Parts: sequence; structure tokens; C-alpha cells
Amino acid sequence: MGKIRHLILKEIRHILRDPRSLFIAIMMPILMTMLYGYAINLDIKNIGLAVLDYDRTVESRELIGRFYNSGYFIESQAEPDMADPELVLKSESASAVLIIRSGLAKAMATQAEYQLGMLIDGSDANTSAAVSGYGNIILMQFLKEQMPPGTEIPGINISQQIMYNPDLKSSHFFVPGLIGVILMMISALLTSMTIAREKETGTMEQLLTSPVKPQQIIIGKVIPYIGLAVLDGLLVLLFAVFYFGVPFAGSTFLMFAFGILYVVAALALGILISTLVKTQQVAMMLALVITVLPSVMLSGFIFEIKNMPEMLQWLAHIVPTTYFILIIRGIMLKGSGLDVLWPQAAALIVLTIALLGIASTKFKRRIG
Amino acid sequence: MVSHPVTIEGLTKKFGSFTAVDKISLEVNKGEIFGFLGANGAGKTTAIRMLCGLLLPTSGSGAVNGYDIYSENEKIKLSIGYMSQKFSLYGDLTGRENLKFYGAVYSLPDKELKERTEEVIDALELKSFIDRPAGSLPVGWRQRLALSAAILHRPAILFLDEPTGGVDPVFRRKFWEILYDLADQGTTLFVTTHYMDEAEFCRRISIMHRGRIIEIGSPQEVVARHHQRDLQETFITLISGRDADG
Repeated sequence: MGKIRHLILKEIRHILRDPRSLFIAIMMPILMTMLYGYAINLDIKNIGLAVLDYDRTVESRELIGRFYNSGYFIESQAEPDMADPELVLKSESASAVLIIRSGLAKAMATQAEYQLGMLIDGSDANTSAAVSGYGNIILMQFLKEQMPPGTEIPGINISQQIMYNPDLKSSHFFVPGLIGVILMMISALLTSMTIAREKETGTMEQLLTSPVKPQQIIIGKVIPYIGLAVLDGLLVLLFAVFYFGVPFAGSTFLMFAFGILYVVAALALGILISTLVKTQQVAMMLALVITVLPSVMLSGFIFEIKNMPEMLQWLAHIVPTTYFILIIRGIMLKGSGLDVLWPQAAALIVLTIALLGIASTKFKRRIG
Repeated sequence: MVSHPVTIEGLTKKFGSFTAVDKISLEVNKGEIFGFLGANGAGKTTAIRMLCGLLLPTSGSGAVNGYDIYSENEKIKLSIGYMSQKFSLYGDLTGRENLKFYGAVYSLPDKELKERTEEVIDALELKSFIDRPAGSLPVGWRQRLALSAAILHRPAILFLDEPTGGVDPVFRRKFWEILYDLADQGTTLFVTTHYMDEAEFCRRISIMHRGRIIEIGSPQEVVARHHQRDLQETFITLISGRDADG
């Protein structure tokens, strides 16, 4: 234990005496939060749509067909629950629910007032804005074509309810994801570099001729970086909540627990990288390519996974950040708990265990 | 204590089809300074790395301080000190912090660690450099600091891989005086060097060429056997003669 304590102390000294890295570790999260907090609009397709049809008429079926044939919507994987239509949104199996109360066909025939209902997942501001726009256009076209020429278009409209992010702020969408990206950067990039540095300077060799065990070296490396990652995570979180007004609806404990789990997965990736390389420079390049890039591009942080080519979707599912982002958005924006987040949680746990296993066997083998 | 801190028999290390160390055998006596010589790439560092538990041998046997190099690595590591040709202390930590760290790595109790730190600072005259970041020291002082870290836990045997590379002659002389003091106190030293004047200070030497030991004995014996004037000439004749043979 005394050895590990001194290994940790030494590592903390390394961190504190390298002002450049420390500056990057603290400033990068803040800069990135600012950058992504005010971000970007994207074209959206293949939005998962669930339908509750209480009208069950030719007209209602025709309208549903219009939605699915528009190219913007696809059928959601799950049937919505009549008692709680919101559930499909929480479980990420649909981004919107269209509710057709009975009376649509009648209203069209009698030109009466009628309202369709729509629940939209607002946590992804881009998707939800698109859903709302597309929905109105599809409905208008449908009505125009269905009514005999010359008749007035009845007062039928969609009453939309945007859930979780009523103001459609994209910061609400980006900032939770940013925590995932930054934790990955700090954990994987910096650990792989600090281990590579010890190899480069020869101190690793010196350590390995001493009675320290490889596991002790790893623990001594990992603990200070868990600390740094938690600090950064908190920093972005505080910024998100107090500066951008991102809601925090769910459990702090759950968030913390998954944060640690995710950081462990990222650290395992960092260690894995360090076993493959000899210099800091190569460690950095490799960490950028195999951890940071996927967690930015493939995780659903910016681009919707369902809009990606199939092969990339496949890749996206082995990126830990993909699951962490779903979890953190669920917790922050929707107040979701384990009852709906368990599939993502399970996936993250499996990935973490697999990465830890691979990293520790690789590390031991290199030493032997 | 064992009378031969290092004994190896037919020790071999292959990297793929390349044989870096080819069936070398030798014994080092307790308290002697053993010079492990050879040209660049002769396999000296690979051999030392096997003795220090950094590399697993391909075949052959060996013991360091009586402990088997295959199965008793942990015990070997407690009883040896190692100083590599590269400066391998932490440049961003001060000398004292480095010593404290390595002391802790060898599980020295705090009080003992403090006493020994003062002891090595005195013995190696490091006082005015010990509280500076190790990376900012001149090469000669860095090497002395590295030596102090390697002997802090009082190893029975000290492996030094080109400890004086890039160090000026005055510093080298001083460094060897320190090594002599250590040997007088009973530490066995296993040293590689390219400087033949340093090799002359050794009690016994071996000369390695292409993975094999081609000469072993006291410097005087080796020189006499090849009818040369000094070790420098002997070394050059031996190595270049063999290189010409292919």
C-alpha cells in the first residue's frame, strides 16, 4: 500500500509540475463547452416514430403511411404503451410519438376542428425541431390531397408537446455529450501519454527492476487521472447547468457511478494504447485516432447514429462513449433511471470489463 | 551470503531468428568489480536485462544472489540495484524527491530512508544539488544522483550499464572512486563500459562479441594472453580480428 501511495504522490507531482498539460486539462473542457454549447444545425432523417392510432380508419392509416413514406420517419422498434406513450421516448426506441385520437376521418368529412397529438423527444434539439417541422408539412400535404378540390381545408392541426427540452436548445443536447468526450480525452489520452513518457525516458525500466509490481504501477497511474477526470467532469457539468441552463433532472448518484465506470473504461483504453507504443508522440496520435475521434464522430455526440452508414453504426456500438452519452442525456434531460437505462448501462459494463481484461493481460505480457 | 553473486551457464536470448546472447557462462565473485565489455550491439545490455529480471531468457540457467533468474525474480529485484545508460530518474522531481520515491519503492521505513538519504548525499557529495529538479542537473551530477538512488536500498550487487557515458574525465575518475568505496564495503559491481581506462580498474573482465563471451580474466591476464601493450589494443585486435573473419 505504501508503494502505491508513493506512486500516486509521484504522479500527482508530475501533473502539477507540467503547467502546459495542466492548463490543457483545465481549459480544454471550458473552451469546448463554450464551442459546442452554441452549435450547429444538421440534416436529419430516419427519425424513429411510434404511432398510437385510436381512429383506425382508412384516412388515419393513409396519414400514417405518409409519415413513414416521407423518408424522414421510420417505424420505431417498440410499440408505444397506451397508458404511458412517453416510455418509448425514455427508452430511446423512438424520437417522437404520433397520437391520432378517434375522429380524424369524421373531422375531415365534416370539416370540423380536430387536433393530432405529438410527443417529441426534445433532448436532441436538432431532431426535435426537424420532427416538428416535417410533421406539419406532411399533415398539410395530406389534407390538401385528400380534400376534394375547392373545399376548404379543415382546421386540423398537430398539437405538439416537446419533452425534456422545451426551448429546443442545442446546448442541452451537446453539453451532456461533451462530458463524455472530455472524460475520454483526459482519461485515455493523458494516461497513455504518461505511461509512454516513462518508457521513453527509461524510468519504466528502472521501475521494473525494482520490487514494484506492474499492477501497482498501473494503479498508481490510474488513480490521479480518475481524480483529474472527475474534476473535469464536474467543471463541465457546473458550466452546463449554471451557464447554459441545461437541466439536471435525474439522480446525481447514478450520474457519478456511471461517470466512474466510463472513466475506468477510458483509462483501460489508455493503458492498452500505452502497451502498443514506445513514445509519447505515437501514444498521442493513436489515442486521438482510436479514442477521441470515435467518441466525437461516432458516439452520437454530434451525428445521429441512425443516419450513419451501416458499418459505422456497427463501429459506433463498440465505442463506450455511445452508451455513456445516452445514459448521461437520459439522466440529465429526462430524469431517467436504471429502469429504462439498463440496456445502455449493461452494454457499458460489458465493454468496461472487456477493455480492462484486454488491457491488463496486454500489460503483463509486455513486461514478461 | 553467496560467494558468487552472479552465476550464469549457457544463457541465451533470441529475438525471432536473431540471437542476441549466445550461450554465455560466467561467475562473478563477491565484492569484485566485474567489467562486462564488448562492442556496441554485442549483447551486453540484453544480458544485463536478463539478470535484472527485465527480460526472460530463451534458454540456459542463471542465478543472482543465489536466486533463480526464471522463478525468483521478486527476490532478485529486492537485492539488486540497477543503473542504466539512460538517465532514468524523474526529471521533474528534485533529487531528494526521487530518492524518497525509490526508497518507498523498496519499502524502506521512513526513519531509515531519511538516514540513508543523508548518508548517500554525504558519500556522493550531492548536498548542493539534491534539492534541484533532477532534469536540470549537469550530466555528471545526474549520473551521481542516479547512482545514489540505485544504492539507497543497499543492494548486494549493483548492475551499471555504461554509467559514465557522456561524462567528463574528472567526473569519471571521481565516479570510479565511489565505485571502489562501494566494492570495499562488500558490494559486488557488474559494470559495462566503453572506456578501456575504466576497464583497467576492474578486478576481472569479460569481452563479448556478437552474443558470445570471447575472453574472460583479469585485465592483466587478458592483455598478456594476446601479447598486446594494453587493454585498448587487446580489445581492438580481438574485435576487429573477428569482424574480418566474419
